[in-house]
Amino acid sequence: MSVNETGKVFIKGNEAVAMAALEAGCKCYFGYPITPQSDIPEYLSRELVKRGGVFIQAESEIGAINMLLGASATGVRAMTSSSGPGISLKQEGISYMAGAELPGVIVDIMRAGPGLGGIDASQADYFQATRGGGHGGYRIIVLAPASVQEMYDLTMLAFDLSDQYRIPALVLADSAIGQMKESIVLNARKQISLPDKSWAVRGRAGDDQQNVVKSLYLGDGEMEAFHWKMHARYQTLSDYECRWEEVMTTDAKLIVTAFGSTSRIAKTAITMAREEGLKVGLMRPISLFPFPKKAYAQLSDHCKYFLDIELSTGQMIDDVRLSVARDAEVFFYGRPPGAGSLPTPEELLEQIKKFYQTVISHQGD
Amino acid sequence: MKTVFKRPDSLKNVQTHFCPGCHHGSVHRLVAEALDEHKIRSETIGVASVGCSVFLYGYFDVDVIESPHGRAPAVATGAKRARPDRIVFTYQGDGDLAAIGMSEIIHAANRGEDFTVIFVNNTTYGMTGGQMAPTTLPGQKTSTSPYGRDVKNDGAPFKMAELLAQLEGVAFTARVAVNNPKNVLQAKKMISTAFRYQVEKKGFSFIEVLASCPTNWGMQPLAANQRVSDEMIPYFPLGIYRNTANL
Ligand SMILES: Cc1ncc(C[n+]2csc(CCOP(=O)(O)OP(=O)(O)O)c2C)c(N)n1
Ligand code: SF4
Repeated sequence: MSVNETGKVFIKGNEAVAMAALEAGCKCYFGYPITPQSDIPEYLSRELVKRGGVFIQAESEIGAINMLLGASATGVRAMTSSSGPGISLKQEGISYMAGAELPGVIVDIMRAGPGLGGIDASQADYFQATRGGGHGGYRIIVLAPASVQEMYDLTMLAFDLSDQYRIPALVLADSAIGQMKESIVLNARKQISLPDKSWAVRGRAGDDQQNVVKSLYLGDGEMEAFHWKMHARYQTLSDYECRWEEVMTTDAKLIVTAFGSTSRIAKTAITMAREEGLKVGLMRPISLFPFPKKAYAQLSDHCKYFLDIELSTGQMIDDVRLSVARDAEVFFYGRPPGAGSLPTPEELLEQIKKFYQTVISHQGD
Repeated sequence: MKTVFKRPDSLKNVQTHFCPGCHHGSVHRLVAEALDEHKIRSETIGVASVGCSVFLYGYFDVDVIESPHGRAPAVATGAKRARPDRIVFTYQGDGDLAAIGMSEIIHAANRGEDFTVIFVNNTTYGMTGGQMAPTTLPGQKTSTSPYGRDVKNDGAPFKMAELLAQLEGVAFTARVAVNNPKNVLQAKKMISTAFRYQVEKKGFSFIEVLASCPTNWGMQPLAANQRVSDEMIPYFPLGIYRNTANL
């Protein structure tokens, strides 16, 4: 990797994730090989170890997530990464981490499924990521990069938010973003001030308090209290940590909404549509949990038509529908994951035009 | 006056929830004595498993991480690698370690992770009510082997101390029992050795303790102690199975 004269580096999305982890002070990485994310462990097996960090190729994704749990419990920053089948195996561990209020970063480079599926880009793990794929009722922070730059920036943010809120954070991308190469700026970023980790398990030397990292709550009312406490924390996340991008939404009659790789293609398509005089905009959620509900609600005050586009048969659309005003209509265009399912800008433009016609016929020009 | 008997500092002054005659309490005590002996209480991180020993943090006066069922060796790997200057031990039952957690234990041992495993083999799933475990003896009746464990159907019991002794990363494995004073003294020595090896950064150390579960065996405590000698030890012989100091 070389830095060019504009201070940029030309790297793959997956490499950007790995580099961001180093920059964020990640001390331990645990993973298991799976396409399309193997560049992350490959990079870290070289670079993390050089810096005195810990790299372990675990016996399975179950092993990896529990190593993350153990490392994170001692207060260090740690990360794992995987894709569909591996993320499924990690769900037990993620649930335990959520139950024990442990931070930790999990990177999910989505591939097609269910089952072994395929290695093509997919967004069909939106539900798994945002609904808490494990048991018990919990939420985790989910950030969805749409560029190599964001792979870098959002991985760093994932470490910060996860530490700040003591909630695991998942970076949700797909093979298109993971494998794509782009020029990015390696931000020398301002580190937010983080609460100290006095809860961490380090042996009692120093403070003599017994610290316990656990998710077992057997006392009368203890478990219920835990749920309400976390519910309030999720609410705080929703109030302060929603992130999204709007493009040409102010005068839009139709707002396309998509996340990750799909939003990139949609952005090109709405620019093409604008050139043809169609008033279309783009709403791209960056944080999928917390989902920017209020931003959608505000948009739907003036724009009543949305077109949700996903590489699935429709998952995020549930959140969009719950967020927009009751009188707003949400259309859908989906390409379930698989070989050749990544739509072209022209294909999306065609869909935009089709739905725009419907809008005009309802609303007039 | 000379103190001849006291509670180890590493154990809290509380009553345990263990059933009368259960050996978990004795094993807790021996582990606590080893922590006291090596003066490592304040730098120790215990990793609890899922089973009757899940309340490790309630009894040991050390920092504790609770792990999912079977995953304690992976959790301990993460903790020890992140904090190599700390003493880390897992405490696991036979269902936890030799069934659901077989992959985690074998790989941690094979990597030679520098922590100590206390493996309590009571030939049954205690906490869930006495179902068949991977260590249930041939012919032994449990709530899920009502006709007795049939080796043709269920396989033969795992001998973990021997199995792990095959792995190069392992520094020390031994099997002990705590059903009579002689065995307790031997167990104390072995558990102490296992922790000493960790203090000396020699690598993975593993102690299998043959233990009673009077409740799920349907026996009085004394009869359960006797069963350890009569039925378990003949199948699971006591002794050291690997000791890198002697290699
Ligand atoms: C994934 C999962 N499966 C099953 C259980 C239920 N469970 C709790 S303890 C236990 C077995 C405990 O037996 P053992 O490990 O032998 O320990 P003991 O209670 O005998 O000390 C099981 C199966 C669980 N907690 N998690
Ligand atoms: S059920 Fe068995 S292992 Fe569990 S506490 Fe009781 S006697 Fe001990």
